[in-house]
Amino acid sequence: MNDKLVIAGKSYASRLLVGTGKYKDFAETKAAIETSGAEIITIAIRRSNIGQNPNEPSLLEILPPSKFTLLPNTAGCYTADDAVRTLRLARELLDGHSLVKLEVLGDPQSLYPNVIETIAAAKTLVAEGFQVMVYTSDDPIIAKQLEDIGCVAIMPLASLIGSGMGILNPWNLQLIMERVQVPVIVDAGVGTASDAAIAMELGCDGVLMNTAIAAAKDPVLMASAMKKGVEAGREAFLAGRMPKKLYSASPSSPTAGIISSTRS
Amino acid sequence: MSTVITVSINGEARQLPSGVTVASLIDEMGLAGKRIALERNGEIVPRSTFAALRLSQNDKLEIVVAVGGG
Repeated sequence: MNDKLVIAGKSYASRLLVGTGKYKDFAETKAAIETSGAEIITIAIRRSNIGQNPNEPSLLEILPPSKFTLLPNTAGCYTADDAVRTLRLARELLDGHSLVKLEVLGDPQSLYPNVIETIAAAKTLVAEGFQVMVYTSDDPIIAKQLEDIGCVAIMPLASLIGSGMGILNPWNLQLIMERVQVPVIVDAGVGTASDAAIAMELGCDGVLMNTAIAAAKDPVLMASAMKKGVEAGREAFLAGRMPKKLYSASPSSPTAGIISSTRS
Repeated sequence: MSTVITVSINGEARQLPSGVTVASLIDEMGLAGKRIALERNGEIVPRSTFAALRLSQNDKLEIVVAVGGG
């Protein structure tokens, strides 16, 4: 079945996008990412003197740009200016690669996005030729504005980053999908495989997650579950589910030819 | 003319020889051959210019690498 995810003109077989943070070590990161089947993986950009051992391999040596589409993020940025600077550095670091993830946070406790700063950053980045996949709230008006600015994917949260609460407002996600033409990828708050399946059953184009896999007791096994969850949800969506009804009066077995009943 | 300049690197003040190039600084920091990006006073410094660019007094540098993140 040819059902590829197309973002900014490029096709991907996997609709599961995975973050590379919070794993125990690089071996676990690599095993989980490979098991997930993800082709697009997010990375963060940080100062070079935060205790890296120069003799250790770096993240990009174990997850190279030749094998994965690396999506630099702006995690930890609270202003449009910082997000823009971070992505300019990321583009230079990745030899001109321009597909990026924009997120501008509003406060460190909830990690909720600051959509006003996000919009400002998106305008600058699109004007500078970046292909922006934008993390945002589930506000359908903001989502449409971000698409109009020229973002190549809209990534609304299911619930707060790292919360594992799953999809709290499927109605808003549906409103976003009705109004936006570019891919809608649920990002943040997925906790387990059924959450990912539900997102795909709603009609989302993909799911991005990090904590759900990294914070599972067995991350590699959860990565496998997530891969299947996303695939199952997508197939169920494409298959067209049966309607929900209060009464069916339509049993699955024939009503004719039932043996006579001893019931009076 | 001073033989030493003070430059801020990733938020820390450092004394460097006057006329030091970006390339020799990167070398001295053990980052040669690593995938990095550098911003000087708010502007990206392309890797192709590292050997030619000399730092100045009070330059503010951010040197970054890719790390794991969501």
